[in-house]
Amino acid sequence: MWTVGSLGFAAPWLLLGLVVLPVLWLLLRAVPPAPIRRRFPGVALLLGLADSETQTDRTPWWLLLLRMLAVAAVILGFAGPVLNPQVDRPGSGPLLVLVDGTWADARDWERRTDRVAAALGDASREGRSAALVSLTDLPPGGLSFQAADAVSARLPSLEPAAWEPDPEAVADWAAGLEGSFGTFWLSDGLARDGRDDLLGALETHGTVTVFESPRALMALRPVRFEEDAVAVTALRTDTGAVREADLAAMGLDPAGVERRLAGVPITWPADAAEAEVQLSLPPELRNRITRFEIAGVRSAGAVTLADDALRRREVALIAGREGREALELLDPLHYLREALEPTADLVAGDLTDVLLANPDVIVFADVAVLAPGEAADVLSWVENGGMLLRFAGPRLAASDISITEEDPLMPVRLRAGGRSVGGAMSWGEPKTLDAFADESPFVGLPVPEDVTVNAQVMAQPDPSLADRVIAQLADGTPLVTRKPVGNGQVVLFHVTANAEWSTLPLSGLFVRMLERLAVSTRPTSPDAEELTGTTWQPREVLSAFGRIENADDLPGVAGERLAEGGPGPDLPPGLYASDGRSIAVNVIDAERTLTAASWPARIVVEGLNVTRETVLKGWLLAGALALLLVDILASLALSGRLRGPRAAAAGLAALLVLAGVPDGARAQSEADRLAVRSTSEVVLAHVLTGDETVDSVAAAGLRGLSNVLFQRTSIEPAAPLGVNIETDELAFFPLLYWPVTTDQQIPSSQAYDKLNRYLRSGGMIVFDTRDADLAGFGSATPEGRRLQALARPLDIPQLEPLPPDHVLTRTFYLLQDFPGRHAGRELWVEAAPPDAELVEGMPFRDLNDGVTPVVIGGNDWAAAWAVDETGAYLLPVGRGMAGERQRELAYRFGVNLVMHVLTGNYKSDQVHVPALLDRLGQ
Amino acid sequence: MSDPHLLRQGAEEIAAPFPALLVEAEHLATTVLLGEHGRRRAGLGDDFWQYRPALPFDEARMIDWRRSGRADTAFVREREWQIAQSVILWVDQSASMSFGSRTDGPTKGHRAKVLALAAAVLMLRAGERVGLTGLRLPPRSGEGQLLRMAALLSEDHDVDYGAPEAGGMLPHSRALFVSDFLGDIAPVEAALTKAADRGVRGALLQVLDPQEEAFPFEGRTIFESMSGSLRHETLKARDLKDRYLARLAERKDRLDTLARRTGWQFSTHHTGDSGAAALLWIHGAMERRS
Repeated sequence: MWTVGSLGFAAPWLLLGLVVLPVLWLLLRAVPPAPIRRRFPGVALLLGLADSETQTDRTPWWLLLLRMLAVAAVILGFAGPVLNPQVDRPGSGPLLVLVDGTWADARDWERRTDRVAAALGDASREGRSAALVSLTDLPPGGLSFQAADAVSARLPSLEPAAWEPDPEAVADWAAGLEGSFGTFWLSDGLARDGRDDLLGALETHGTVTVFESPRALMALRPVRFEEDAVAVTALRTDTGAVREADLAAMGLDPAGVERRLAGVPITWPADAAEAEVQLSLPPELRNRITRFEIAGVRSAGAVTLADDALRRREVALIAGREGREALELLDPLHYLREALEPTADLVAGDLTDVLLANPDVIVFADVAVLAPGEAADVLSWVENGGMLLRFAGPRLAASDISITEEDPLMPVRLRAGGRSVGGAMSWGEPKTLDAFADESPFVGLPVPEDVTVNAQVMAQPDPSLADRVIAQLADGTPLVTRKPVGNGQVVLFHVTANAEWSTLPLSGLFVRMLERLAVSTRPTSPDAEELTGTTWQPREVLSAFGRIENADDLPGVAGERLAEGGPGPDLPPGLYASDGRSIAVNVIDAERTLTAASWPARIVVEGLNVTRETVLKGWLLAGALALLLVDILASLALSGRLRGPRAAAAGLAALLVLAGVPDGARAQSEADRLAVRSTSEVVLAHVLTGDETVDSVAAAGLRGLSNVLFQRTSIEPAAPLGVNIETDELAFFPLLYWPVTTDQQIPSSQAYDKLNRYLRSGGMIVFDTRDADLAGFGSATPEGRRLQALARPLDIPQLEPLPPDHVLTRTFYLLQDFPGRHAGRELWVEAAPPDAELVEGMPFRDLNDGVTPVVIGGNDWAAAWAVDETGAYLLPVGRGMAGERQRELAYRFGVNLVMHVLTGNYKSDQVHVPALLDRLGQ
Repeated sequence: MSDPHLLRQGAEEIAAPFPALLVEAEHLATTVLLGEHGRRRAGLGDDFWQYRPALPFDEARMIDWRRSGRADTAFVREREWQIAQSVILWVDQSASMSFGSRTDGPTKGHRAKVLALAAAVLMLRAGERVGLTGLRLPPRSGEGQLLRMAALLSEDHDVDYGAPEAGGMLPHSRALFVSDFLGDIAPVEAALTKAADRGVRGALLQVLDPQEEAFPFEGRTIFESMSGSLRHETLKARDLKDRYLARLAERKDRLDTLARRTGWQFSTHHTGDSGAAALLWIHGAMERRS
């Protein structure tokens, strides 16, 4: 290869042909345009007429130039020009291919392995031995160089790790390297400790070439609370232009299916490496979030798991007057329950049981005295971070608790008896609330006018009282007091939790106060001390690609290691659980910043894509061809032959050359075409599941069934269609065949609306779990579970196994078995009405009037029906002739099914009984 | 177009709308052949003309006794003098007439033959005797003549430009020459002079292609005559247009002058136009007394 700048030539000697160009110039310019011969009787009159001026008989210079350019382009094209030719890296001796193998590599891992494969291939051609090392998975001992081919064979098993290399281990490993070798380092592009040292160490052994992806990295720091909102900080390596990404909050929806619950765009301002976004979510939704991720980025760094910090809080409600048969509205816990139910898990039970459940909050509504043992347990629970929320009440007021000296479970001392204002037997007006002080957790909450307090327990004035009041009445008497106890706190509302003493529980303020208090009681992450001696079981771990993987088979992790933090091989990032608590170990910790790696100037850094070879031969030859076409037109124009229809044709040809073939008439909109196609003839349809194999088998199956219908019945369906239930209109199809796959996406609610509309308007969906009903309907097969999840929002009536006298058994063929590829028997259809009775002498009951909206089975009918374009069966069914019989029965079932959809209960009509009886031989 | 039946059919079609063409016979004495046209004077013929009183030189057998019986004097029955006119046609059948610029349009030759035959149909229907110049087809009347004429006309000649044959023209007959008159004009001149000498009068119809009138050519071109014997090369055909048109006009002018001098009629017909207009002109030209 001979190169000029970034242009290389595969056959440079062909360029000598360019020397011929001047000769061509001379040759070409001597040729005049060829004359046209015309028959013309008037020539007799022309004889003797001389041309007034002699037109040049030389080709005009521009036409010559055009032809020269065309010839030059041909010569250059055949010389094999290559833009950015891959220059062979000179190298000899062993080659060390070093991969960072971190989560940052995961996003373009395939391309990285391709690049490694290419490097190993080069090494193999050059006869160099090679070694492949991932820094996150260092080989024990020193380097062992092998034949490059053997190393290539190991390449598919190379996987990135979700953590980053341990600088110490890397340094140790580097120190143990011996011998002379070249290094080819695929860097993940992140700066980190020890990188420069490693580079220095490698350079002592030979040259180092670095490959780095030019794409910027993005990552998420752990989620945290800011006020009421959830704040997520997103990081990036490049700090240049403004950049946007999409943050998705993932979690389980009410159906138990993981889906995107919320999303918010992230915008990094120019020159900023960090961007913070806040999601203000309803607690109900927030509680469901299991992780945040940057949508579309396939890397563990772009995922941050949420642990208890975002969990729904457990609140135990304990009332002092339990068992009193009162009206519900007088129940001391009624308003609390109403307020907390949407946002918290309520724990019921007596105090001992409740404490075992280790709730986040325990609410005492008018509980005065605890058993001594209980009090100690509660106290230790509070000291461990629990929050005790107490409400006053007649019982508390009547007791002598915390009167002479402060009870540890009361925030303040109380004056005996409490007070009552504005009542029938007292002076004064009911008291209203004062605005919340700045240091109060309730600061900023609006105080409604109509919240009044009639009675309360009074706090004993105390030096520490002022610090503990977080809400007070307009006259300055404390309404809510709080005292920290250990890691937890005790809060006392000086009124009842019901509307007996105040209207506070009736107001929205009450709910918001509870929310404020509850938020401030979310569990702090356990510290090292607390973790000591515990063992945490990984529940799910995060792969480098940002996928959540089941971690049942991983051993537990000691609490000490967890406290140490920093994911590694012994602590893969993921969610760790112990004692009902969970801790997320994220790839990126809260202090982490991303910095792009910087390499010394002496190191050659190449991007993954920058130096892609571009072969220019085709372009040049195409250009030459275009020039020659132009030359044809120009020559025609010059010799005066470009006129009339010929000129129009030439113009059209030129247009075609320039613009490509224009695509005829503008196509109708997709929806219109679908509508026309599916309504002009009967069209069977199957639901696109997203699994390509299943979809193609379903299409082939419906094709086979359509063929059989065409041959045997008066139904003449057109080619079947795959239907996307999210986007396509369903009303056109009499029947939807829905193969159920385990990993099928749950449709959106709009799609369910559409499906329900479809079912109500007489459509039929055939669910096929394709699992031969191994576990019986509705039980344990994965497809069965998926089917339940899929069908739950559907408006499906009560079902029953297909009764032997169902109309499906006789709409066209008389059938009792409905095999597909499997010969399972169970088929579920809409249940017969309870009053259907077998009339004496009649073989059939008078069953439901109409078409069953769903047919559920698992016999994989589509596979039995499937034929290819030539009509050959795609998949085997059974064995030998018995198998063919089974396939035939499968087709018969299909025919019956379509007949049933199209004719409804026609065959159920008793008018046909005699004929059917005759055929049945009765 | 060489099928005589097709040719004749075309001619019949084009002739259909016309009234019988009556060619006035001028001379009686030389072409004493009885025709159907009364000369509005007494003479030889079949139709009754008048009774006149017998004069002394009338022979007794001339007297019409039936008429004479009703009066005192004797009457002689006279018949109308009837003759038939002879019309000689010449249609250029040379190669230059086979030119047609439009693929779907007629060639000049075809149009010329159709026009000539149409005229012949009209004249035969009027009882005239029609023939071709030279001695190929002497003038005769009757339908059979049309067939023979069509057969002869459907031949094509190889020569580039045709020259009219003046031979075979009966004195004081009528003639119709149809050609493009693009070749040498001397034979035309000679033929016309000779015809005039014999007292033959008639019409010249020049049939031209629209391209020959417009000369829409450009660029380097070699013009060839239809048989290829003549050729002219030019580098800029457009430049020649004005001079060509001038020469064409001069040619037409010359023919017109020649015709007027010899008592003939001259007109130009383009194959792009309707043939009926040309036939109408022929009708008028042949009917004209002079």
